[in-house]
Amino acid sequence: MTAKGRKLTYSLAINEALHQSMERDDSVLLLGQGVKSPWYVGNTAQGLLKRFGKLRVIDTPVSENAMTGAAVGASIVGMRAVVVHPRVDFMLYAFDPIVNEAANWSYMNGSRTPVPVVFWGVVNRGGEQAAQHSQSLHATFSHVPGLKVVMPATPFDAKGLMTAAIRDDGPVVFIDDRWLYDVEGVVPAEPYVVPIGRGIVRREGKDVSLVASSYMVAESMKAAAILEREGVDAEVVDLRTVKPLDVALILASVGKTGRAVIVDGGWKTCGLAAEVAALIAENGLCGGKNLIRRVTLPDTPAPASRSLEKGYYLDARKIVEAVMR
Amino acid sequence: MRVSPKDLYRAMVRIRVCEESFVEPILAREILCPVHLYTGQEAVAAGVCAALSKEDYIFGNHRSHGHYLAKGGGMRELVAEVYCRETGCSRGWGGSMHLVDPSVGMMGSAPIVAGTVSLALGAALASKIRGDGRVAVSFFGDGASGEGVLCESLNFAALERLPLLFVCENNLYSTHLPIDEIRVSRKIFELGIPFGVTSRRVDGNDALAVHEAARKAVSMCRKGKGPVFLECLTYRMRGHVGPDDNIQGTHTDIRPPAEVEKWRRKDPIRRIERHILRNRVASREELAEIRAEAEAEVREAHDFARRSPFPGEGITEPT
Ligand SMILES: Cc1ncc(C[n+]2csc(CCOP(=O)(O)OP(=O)(O)O)c2C)c(N)n1
Ligand SMILES: [Mg+2]
Repeated sequence: MTAKGRKLTYSLAINEALHQSMERDDSVLLLGQGVKSPWYVGNTAQGLLKRFGKLRVIDTPVSENAMTGAAVGASIVGMRAVVVHPRVDFMLYAFDPIVNEAANWSYMNGSRTPVPVVFWGVVNRGGEQAAQHSQSLHATFSHVPGLKVVMPATPFDAKGLMTAAIRDDGPVVFIDDRWLYDVEGVVPAEPYVVPIGRGIVRREGKDVSLVASSYMVAESMKAAAILEREGVDAEVVDLRTVKPLDVALILASVGKTGRAVIVDGGWKTCGLAAEVAALIAENGLCGGKNLIRRVTLPDTPAPASRSLEKGYYLDARKIVEAVMR
Repeated sequence: MRVSPKDLYRAMVRIRVCEESFVEPILAREILCPVHLYTGQEAVAAGVCAALSKEDYIFGNHRSHGHYLAKGGGMRELVAEVYCRETGCSRGWGGSMHLVDPSVGMMGSAPIVAGTVSLALGAALASKIRGDGRVAVSFFGDGASGEGVLCESLNFAALERLPLLFVCENNLYSTHLPIDEIRVSRKIFELGIPFGVTSRRVDGNDALAVHEAARKAVSMCRKGKGPVFLECLTYRMRGHVGPDDNIQGTHTDIRPPAEVEKWRRKDPIRRIERHILRNRVASREELAEIRAEAEAEVREAHDFARRSPFPGEGITEPT
């Protein structure tokens, strides 16, 4: 990392990736709800409309299905469209263009046309917003062949993965998290990519591997610090990309520690944690009882009341408990 | 069923007093869940619901306090839900955006834009299959006119001649976007015409006009001549979410102050008040009494909510 010290928030790192990608390549466009206002997407889209104009930065009606299909179509004919959904929940109206069309397009059309589109969905939960304004659906997207799914945990990765997603020739689902928007970190000023499909070890340890992504990486780091005081040396693996998984990295870490606690901000059943657990087990690691644990949301919709939210969402304490249990 | 202007007044005042009572606890962060106040749009809920019987169904959206109250939902249970307490109509699991009371035909509300339109369609379909004469109403905003499901629902409702009343509350804004930035024509009701749906626009700040139009629409639905699309032109006097968009972080109310002022002068409650007094339907004192009753009811509901426990720690499985 060259720019030593230059710090940026997670949200402004995304903003910089968009500015630089649109600057570098005229075929990049951004469409979705709220791109002209801080209303929905915070400051992630700031300055884009002014700089690149209404032709390439389009604030849209509430029409997720058609807008997402339009992003796919524009990308099929040579643009690189980024379509933003200010909440992942709204993206469900767009499931058809994402799954049936974009994910399958290249394959079912004999690889004749690439589909370089980015589906950007923001996880925006908490604050008693309840079931339709809280969901984390990365596992659902990861289930679909033809989609790549990235989930940055740091400002550096937010910029690098957005840039990589835009440059990728296939459909990429980019999922960020409002709870990370104000986190600051070192972000080089020049354009760069974080390779899709590569995870990273955020903290080395020898007793247990905490495998996490996005917001859960920070909580896992906190948990590791607490565990250290308890005499447990935890390694933290940040997946960065949840489809395709960095299998080699996961297996190397778990092979070393012999124990995996998989931390995921999604639901349990058929979730990301289940997939990672299966990978580990299939490879003959962590064979014994209690050597693989999942720390996930319970299999229930998100509640409104603050009293229930506390029990619902994950934090470092719950991760520590799972490790110590 | 034609209700008296006095009853419409009562229904509207209950909603207004309730809505305004949330401002302080929201600002004090005693209420946390997102609250989309209905202030300014009361004539729509009151006028439409007064044309329905208890057995008829309604489905709401993110801005549904008014729909719930007008249909007969309890004040205490509404206020407690907004405080996310166990005694709320959704047990504190849903908050302001999820109001329900099946016993009075308020079948639920949800904030996915246009998400409940097709649910109302299904309720109307059930009503037709069972031949029970019930009408279903779908309340949605101008923003929902952008969702394809609205067109799909209009088409199927017309095809099946379903007893469904589409009520579009056109308040000219969809969050930060004025209507001219989301569609070419301001006349949303025209959407229904190519599908063969009887469609018209009414002044959504005139409770009597809304009520009259809703009565006709409901009567058509009951005779198998539905569906009907009713666009009610109105305005919200508070923020998109919370009391005022200008005071929430970087959000700014992009509505011109002169426009807000113009609509303030068209206040639906003052309007029906004038009608009532001019036609001597009730005296000033009687109206003051109605307001005082509403204020007492709302105060009591806040006390009830604040006394109520939060839903139990831990996760309750949905039943
Ligand atoms: C599918 C979906 N997309 C986007 C949103 C975000 N959103 C919440 S309210 C709203 C606008 C609603 O405008 P309108 O339908 O006119 O209702 P109003 O708020 O004016 O009552 C939007 C876009 C959402 N809730 N659901
Ligand atoms: Mg509106």
